[in-house]
Amino acid sequence: MTLITTDYDTIAAVSTPAGVGGISIVRISGSDALKIAQKIYRGKQLDQVTTDTINYGHIIDPANDNSEVDEVMVSVMRAPKTYTKEDIIEINCHGGIQVTNKVLQIVLRNGARMAEPGEFTKRAFLNGRIDLSQSEAVMDLIDAKTDEARKAALNQLDGNLSAVIKKLRQKIVDLLANVEVNIDYPEYDGAEEVTSKLMLERAREIKTDINHLLDTAQQGKVLRDGLNTAIVGRPNVGKSSLLNRLLHEEKAIVTDVPGTTRDVLDEYVNVAGVPLHLVDTAGIRDTEDKVEKIGVGRSRDAIKQSDLVLLVLNANEPLTDEDRELLDLTQNNKRIILLNKTDLDEHLDITELKQNYGASEIIKTSAIAENGTKSLEDTISKLFFTKGIASTQNDVMVTNARHISLLQQALDSVQTVIDGVESGLPVDIAQIDLHSAWDYLGEITGDSYDDELMDQLFEKFCIGK
Amino acid sequence: MTENKNEVLKETEVKHTYDAGEYDVIVVGAGHAGSEAALAAARMGQKTLLLTISLEMVAFMPCNPSVGGPAKGTVVREIDALGGEMGKNIDKTYIQMRMLNTGKGPAVQALRAQADKHAYHQEMKNTIEKEPNLDLRQAIVDDLLVKDHKAEGVVTNTGATYHSKTVVMATGTSARGQIYIGELRYSSGPNNSLPSIKLSKNLEKKGFNLERFKTGTPPRINGNTINYAETEEQPGDAQPRHFSYTTPYSDYLSVSDQVSCWLTYTNPKTHSLIRDNLDRSPLFNGIIDGIGPRYCPSLEDKVVRFADKDRHQVFLEPEGRGNDEWYVDGMSNSMPEEIQQEMLHSVKGLENAQMMRPGYAIEYDIITPQQMKPSMESKLVEGLFTAGQTNGTSGYEEAAGQGLIAGINAARKVQNKDPLILKRSDAYIGVLLDDLVTKGTNEPYRLLTSRAEYRLLLRNDNADMRLTPIGHEIGLISDERYAEFEKKRQAVEDEIKRLESLRIKPSDKINQFVESHGDKPLQDGILAAQFLRRPYVDYDKLLEFIPATENKLDPRVIEQVSIRVKYAGYIKKEEAKVAKMKRMESKKIPENIDYDAIDGIATEGKQKLKEIQPQTIAQASRISGVNPSDIAILGVYIQQGKIAKTK
Repeated sequence: MTLITTDYDTIAAVSTPAGVGGISIVRISGSDALKIAQKIYRGKQLDQVTTDTINYGHIIDPANDNSEVDEVMVSVMRAPKTYTKEDIIEINCHGGIQVTNKVLQIVLRNGARMAEPGEFTKRAFLNGRIDLSQSEAVMDLIDAKTDEARKAALNQLDGNLSAVIKKLRQKIVDLLANVEVNIDYPEYDGAEEVTSKLMLERAREIKTDINHLLDTAQQGKVLRDGLNTAIVGRPNVGKSSLLNRLLHEEKAIVTDVPGTTRDVLDEYVNVAGVPLHLVDTAGIRDTEDKVEKIGVGRSRDAIKQSDLVLLVLNANEPLTDEDRELLDLTQNNKRIILLNKTDLDEHLDITELKQNYGASEIIKTSAIAENGTKSLEDTISKLFFTKGIASTQNDVMVTNARHISLLQQALDSVQTVIDGVESGLPVDIAQIDLHSAWDYLGEITGDSYDDELMDQLFEKFCIGK
Repeated sequence: MTENKNEVLKETEVKHTYDAGEYDVIVVGAGHAGSEAALAAARMGQKTLLLTISLEMVAFMPCNPSVGGPAKGTVVREIDALGGEMGKNIDKTYIQMRMLNTGKGPAVQALRAQADKHAYHQEMKNTIEKEPNLDLRQAIVDDLLVKDHKAEGVVTNTGATYHSKTVVMATGTSARGQIYIGELRYSSGPNNSLPSIKLSKNLEKKGFNLERFKTGTPPRINGNTINYAETEEQPGDAQPRHFSYTTPYSDYLSVSDQVSCWLTYTNPKTHSLIRDNLDRSPLFNGIIDGIGPRYCPSLEDKVVRFADKDRHQVFLEPEGRGNDEWYVDGMSNSMPEEIQQEMLHSVKGLENAQMMRPGYAIEYDIITPQQMKPSMESKLVEGLFTAGQTNGTSGYEEAAGQGLIAGINAARKVQNKDPLILKRSDAYIGVLLDDLVTKGTNEPYRLLTSRAEYRLLLRNDNADMRLTPIGHEIGLISDERYAEFEKKRQAVEDEIKRLESLRIKPSDKINQFVESHGDKPLQDGILAAQFLRRPYVDYDKLLEFIPATENKLDPRVIEQVSIRVKYAGYIKKEEAKVAKMKRMESKKIPENIDYDAIDGIATEGKQKLKEIQPQTIAQASRISGVNPSDIAILGVYIQQGKIAKTK
């Protein structure tokens, strides 16, 4: 279980957070970086320019008659004095998210490979720029969009996570050692025989523990990536004013500046430390500005992309067919229903709403107007964090994508153990996957020291001649 | 006259040496490692000399009279599959055979035999004596001849100088051996044989790093004085099984012809005897500072470390047929003789047992194994190979496995051929050697199944599939035996193929059977192989629903077929892991690499890498103290070196 650099091919990715800021950067790193950039760039001869210079020009698409794609600035940084210690090209795109994606696609088509998450930092680490723990924390700090997420990232540095993982590994190694002693000393009577029943019992416990960690990962992901949030509702129900209210809260961290870009950027607001990533805000403005005929259709797309739906209803009118359609559409989403215009007479049947649509989270928007986003925060906490956000500061929370995927692999392995034993496999074969689970967890903390098992064996059991 | 008597007791040294002959391979020590090494080298066509301190000690078992068990039993099968002798020798001289772990999966089932220890020794000695190309002589080797960092031969205490192209050193616990019984301490090899004193000193002078290790053995008692009625019988198996793939089933001893072992227990009285006299145990009063094995603790250790246990198992094992000496497994100790006697008498069934030999602890020199390459050749002296307890291992099987490889590679060195290096995925022997050279050991090293990461592939039933082609290629497996093996292999492949294409149609008969095991009745047909994968179906049962094979299959073929079909998914998974490791194994580290020139590798990692000199990235990654980032940087460095070269 060791990290090994297999290939040294050239990699590329958009290195600015999606949707944040007016300029995005496509970064290319590797020995072919200059060559690839030259192929798709009209301007100076990049291999002639001095290192650490930034150069004006255009990105062109060789596959499309060298047509111009964007007006760009290209930074040229030659190895070894770069972040990855390899040749790096950074293309500063001005054309918004769509154009940036296009530029990236062109780069990939011309010889680069899409970087894996965190691969630039990984290379920096492989090439001796930074060490492992630094690189992982760096990754998360880059991504931490709010203070809450940053706290989770810092916590992990402190080793809280590794302590929890180590405890979990200890639990597994206890079981492994017991199985091993049964195998290697079959006549020794001082160790409990790990039967299928016992193995199942323990494996299920371990599964629960990993699941618990993964639940926090869910929370961690929410903290780090934010929640894709759709504001939906039929036209003129007050989505726009809700949006504006949210955006005008002082916690709003990013807003779109219309006019500077050709495409609409996404917007983030910070609610209870959770970045809400508002989907299709342009759509809201469109539909509120003009009388819109395709409102529901557009909402449908937004709902599909979102983790959280804010469904706005007009409280002084009974439910319309369109409202019902939206309620049906969002039935399986985590959603909060916002009742607008409650200052006027209430004609909406809340009982029907609750009974027919299982609507449990209902907030009056007037409350938001008066008390800010507090009520919204509470409801989001309830929906996404079982323990509430406040406790996350001291609790371990998994936020790193690599850790999450390793936990997931460990969980899969434990599940295989359970399935195997249930279908009648001998314990010592099912154990192979338990060992894998142990290895995966060890990769998180950087311990895959097999002698641990040996030590355990001899410390716990009195075996021998 | 008294002065004269003292004169007689004084040891003298031979000043003159004489030329005693020339060999391709000289093996020093004829224990389990040395015997295999010498036989392998001679059978590979090399003129070979085997030297032993005592001809009575050839392949002798100074400790427990048994061969095999978990992991070890698989090693014996591996030795046999490669063309070694241990399997055949125990098959000829066992007095009890048992398969352990039969209630567990196929990967951990383990054959174990009780040996007639004198017959075992005699049989091996005869085999060696009959081997053309091989000379067996009694001698104490005092020095290794080295010129320009190359082994050239050995010198004995009688002044004989033997020249050779390669030397295999397998001196066991003789190297500066020292026996402890209570306050008594004296220089000795195992079982009161002569120790080897000068060789260690001379090796140290040549720059070898030696360490002191410790092991021990329990007392022996007279079997006529055991009250068997107070103990539990442990008989052998009725189902015939052997270690060697060549031993016919018809050679198997019936249960009544086998000799049983007997089980009894220590008790609080035994334990308090030990506690009360702990100050007289050299293990605890600080006299012995050698490192003893954790897995094979003396009874003193057990009582001190596991104070809450009020009893420990004691297995009474016969040492042979027509031999009334019994081995008291579980009571290894180095207490004074009279305390040992008392301890024995405190045990149920042994109240009147007559102790024939006391147990003892023995300290000896090892050559730390990090000083050898994966081929078992010394890094310091070309043409020198080390094997067995000399390398810090414990156990006859571990020794024999190493001896075989050392003998093979010494012979191949003479033949100017590349050494045979078994990988961790090839054999337990590969695991053992890789552990020794990459990690070293800080206690006598014993193989355990948990040391093997691919144990579902390293089974005791498929050692021939894994290794016999190799044994044939290097010349230790005859064409005739290889043809037999090929026939078996083909039979296994054919039957698996058949089961994977044969469809069983649903019938009342099969559905009745299926439902009796709580399964749903078959709706459609099912492949025979798939059906066999169900936990409650075995091959014999399967035959009730499918046509029989043309010729009745050998049980060993059926065993292979069943395991490979039943556990196909897991086997595939392990094979995928092996493939991944082999990719890493293929990343060779240049021999002349300068670790100091690599920035970014931690100081500890550098130190370890310099010491071990791993040959591949995979091996480097297994060194403790070398962390993943060190490996990554090393990988990049080598990669960059390669890129630089191609440019």
